[in-house]
Amino acid sequence: MVKRMIKYVDEYRDVDTCLSIAEKIREISTKPLNIMEVCGGHTMSIRKNGIQKLVGDNINLLSGPGCPVCVTAIKDIDKAIALSQIEDVIICSFGDMIYVPGSKTTFAQAKAEGKDIRTVYSASDALKLAKEEPLKKVVFIGIGFETTAPTIAAAILQAYKENIDNFSVLSLHKTMPQALGAVLSDESCIIDALICPGHVTTITGTDMYEFIVKDLGISCCVSGFEPVDLLRAIYMITEMFEKNQPALLNAYERVVKPEGNIKAKGILNDVFKPVDADWRGCGIVPDSGLGIKDKYEKFDADKIFDINVPDSKENSACICGDILRGAKKPNDCTLFKTACTPMNPQGACMVSSEGTCAAWYKYGE
Amino acid sequence: MCWSIPGKIIEINDNIAKIELAGVTKEVGLDLIDDPKVGEYLLIHAGYAIQKVDEESAKFTIDFLNGKINGKEND
Repeated sequence: MVKRMIKYVDEYRDVDTCLSIAEKIREISTKPLNIMEVCGGHTMSIRKNGIQKLVGDNINLLSGPGCPVCVTAIKDIDKAIALSQIEDVIICSFGDMIYVPGSKTTFAQAKAEGKDIRTVYSASDALKLAKEEPLKKVVFIGIGFETTAPTIAAAILQAYKENIDNFSVLSLHKTMPQALGAVLSDESCIIDALICPGHVTTITGTDMYEFIVKDLGISCCVSGFEPVDLLRAIYMITEMFEKNQPALLNAYERVVKPEGNIKAKGILNDVFKPVDADWRGCGIVPDSGLGIKDKYEKFDADKIFDINVPDSKENSACICGDILRGAKKPNDCTLFKTACTPMNPQGACMVSSEGTCAAWYKYGE
Repeated sequence: MCWSIPGKIIEINDNIAKIELAGVTKEVGLDLIDDPKVGEYLLIHAGYAIQKVDEESAKFTIDFLNGKINGKEND
């Protein structure tokens, strides 16, 4: 079978180019450098492509709070699962959420018990289902950062235009800058530079990282997700680190512009407003979540349904929170590869397809 | 979860585009981008196009890397 070339993907996977950039990084790197890859997609690509081993011992790559499923607080997961228990409700969710453990159960278990829980690719699929099932209440579990939130805002706007009254969203969306500020301002933080999320920044633009460079003296480089992209970003970061010149850099020019996607930002801001959000690993971070504005409150599952969950409880041995702040690595956890495996995950970082523990388990340390 | 992949527009009907992604055809929403045209490449995420791929930048990056890193001459 002939492998089909994917334009703008395969050329950024060229092995010779990767090895050449890695050699250059090792040549210019003279001192320890701790780089946090913020996005879970970057974590998977780094592990899958063996990038940590390629770049040499001076460079230490640490994962950050950029896996939306992983940073969703357990109380919010309990709340989402509680919605599935309401009569005539159909839950629609991205696949990653299905196996995430709440305090007592998961969506997968609730589904096995007969609740109507469906995996969808897009919020628009959930809206389509609502039109097909007018007697049911379709609730979309909205997770994700600035990349995903505009797509869900677009679905809400569509529902508003078409006056669909059995579609709603539980908005658990989060925004990046505030959480990064919280992680990097922590006294114990050892991060020298950030590889910034390519597709979040496609929407937001690069300007949102300026405060990190100027106020905290930490370089930020936006990167794509292929190995050439990531190695180029690490090269650019290392070059500036060796010169002691923190800088705002963009290694993903083919889709990331300084101003971002202005139309998508407009739609996001039309539908959502900043609210405080609870992050696994960081706690409550002011204005780091996206709530649905009053104009669209008929689509806000939080307002439509009376959802009360008892006190939520995390597995006390799970260190997902520390891993999401770059403070620890999966092999620091006593549960990793013992009680916690992809078949029997104890924490969100092992469940999500881009969780740090899942990446380490799948591709090795 | 922020994973996105570039696909080529092969047809546009109102606010929906037919996209070719590695041999697979898929419909995506165009609500989040301005002025899409058949033949352009779009970055697709969760059923919507979230940006156009800047073909000149993409080509420049590859040419630049080939020149700077592999010792070939840049254009």
